[in-house]
Amino acid sequence: MSLTSQDIARIANLARLELQPEESERMLTQINGFFGIVEAMQAVDTTGIEPMAHPVAAIQDITLRLRPDVASEPNQRDLNQQSAPAVERGLFLVPKVIE
Amino acid sequence: MTTLHDMTVAELARALKTKQVSAMETAQHFLARSQADTSGSFLALNPQATLDQAAASDHRLAQGQAGALEGVPLGHKDIFVTRDFPTTAGSKILAGYRSPFDATVVQKLASAGMVTVGKLNCDEFAMGSANENSAFGQVTNPWDTSRVPGGSSGGSAAAVAARLVPAATGTDTGGSIRQPASFCGITGIKPTYGRASRYGMIAYASSLDQGGPMARTAEDCALLLSAMCGPDIDRDSTSLDVPAEDFTASLNQSLDGLRIGIPKEFFGEGLHADVRAAVDGALREYEKLGAKLVPISLPRTELSIPVYYIIAPAEASSNLSRFDGVKFGHRAKDYTDLVDMYKKTRAEGFGNEVKRRIMTGAYVLSHGYYDAYYLQAQKIRRMIADDFQNAFKECDVIAGPVAPSVAWKLGDNANDPVADYLADIFTLPASLAGLPGMSVPAGFGAHGMPVGLQLIGNYFKEAQLLNAAHRLQQATDFHLRKPEGI
Repeated sequence: MSLTSQDIARIANLARLELQPEESERMLTQINGFFGIVEAMQAVDTTGIEPMAHPVAAIQDITLRLRPDVASEPNQRDLNQQSAPAVERGLFLVPKVIE
Repeated sequence: MTTLHDMTVAELARALKTKQVSAMETAQHFLARSQADTSGSFLALNPQATLDQAAASDHRLAQGQAGALEGVPLGHKDIFVTRDFPTTAGSKILAGYRSPFDATVVQKLASAGMVTVGKLNCDEFAMGSANENSAFGQVTNPWDTSRVPGGSSGGSAAAVAARLVPAATGTDTGGSIRQPASFCGITGIKPTYGRASRYGMIAYASSLDQGGPMARTAEDCALLLSAMCGPDIDRDSTSLDVPAEDFTASLNQSLDGLRIGIPKEFFGEGLHADVRAAVDGALREYEKLGAKLVPISLPRTELSIPVYYIIAPAEASSNLSRFDGVKFGHRAKDYTDLVDMYKKTRAEGFGNEVKRRIMTGAYVLSHGYYDAYYLQAQKIRRMIADDFQNAFKECDVIAGPVAPSVAWKLGDNANDPVADYLADIFTLPASLAGLPGMSVPAGFGAHGMPVGLQLIGNYFKEAQLLNAAHRLQQATDFHLRKPEGI
């Protein structure tokens, strides 16, 4: 299986990445080079095998925890916004979304 | 007394407790070395913060309230967020970022009394095997400055080897503690996945990322790991409810009768002869110490490369979606609308390897490909983990090389990402299985470069690994050798 330049454009859009033409070109070659080694995976018979998300599930049952929905952190709005590119009156600024 | 920078963490902790040296003098000594360094290991120093921490340590020492590692300096991989230092994860997209909180691991080591010297260089978002993917310059290997230090924890390994700090934190997703430790001739351990909190560790691949210590000796790694581990139930959903342990307690146990599994797949044709010779030498030492070598098989070793390079990028593409130019870090200057702002910000902020992995990840998670790639990889991941459980029926620990070769020359793999991926073959299986693994200096290979022996243990058997490493270090002196000019 090989990706095409249309695939690269589609994925770049999904991933919200602007790629220059020569970058797309290089990406296509390198990702296709990588998928060369992925082929071996397709031949493996995985019938009846459960996908594994938490590795320690190999020896014991792992349930991901939920915590009660209560505020546990103090309000640190100023600190949390200190590294934001654009902030006004405590709000994150973004380009206009709704006309 | 030995020069401060030649002392181990254990020796420094004792000297500080017995008031042979103050935390302030110690901090000043390591700070001066780090400020004079030209290897590119450090990304950020903040002398005032370091000296303030040292003063607080001296106060606790005077009051008799010293922690286990009071006043001992360390560096943190720049993947751990810190209040007192900028955090970049080696990426331009986080240039100038200041975290409002400390990572749990940072906070735990500070509670043990450790003093932070600064933040250490790494591959961008921990993606790389040579530290050449850092946006802030490469790191050179102290054993040969024309060679890479390994990665992604390259700055951590180089700084410890050059004695800029006695210890450092690292993170290991596919080998990022073990491989640079091997390349720089130091000792490093990645604990069982879920042992050390991931809270405040900038996420690359959440089901694989695990923090751990890097130092010169196994005893030092045991001291640091004891302080780093423990449940973080409210803040890390994958943190295991397993109590912290004193990993130094069993360091001196006898290895008589220890069964060391030797996976035949780790000794195939890809393994360089010089690395093989050093690893074989270390295995002979183990036999002298009473251990028995048992041939085993990890049949899906080669498959771990595609499986890892599907799962990790998939998780990365999701984790890195938070870097959008809104909440923190870089934002592009010119754009037409919101989506264009995202695209340009990310195009400018991420480096090539990060973009490649985001693209690969977005592709394998996209409609129509998820089952064939991501789900298939997760199924084979379970088979790989089961292979280890079968192997552990016949042995107590597994040993082999960390990497097929010694550290390569700067720039050698720069245009061939797949070459880097293939070199991860021996570290990826334990990462996928979430098992503890370590690298222990085992000798020297071609060009006088260090070679590490990889030890892999079963889940929660870190103490056994550290015991095996410590006993080897009592019988050999590879971990005591210094790069020339250091």
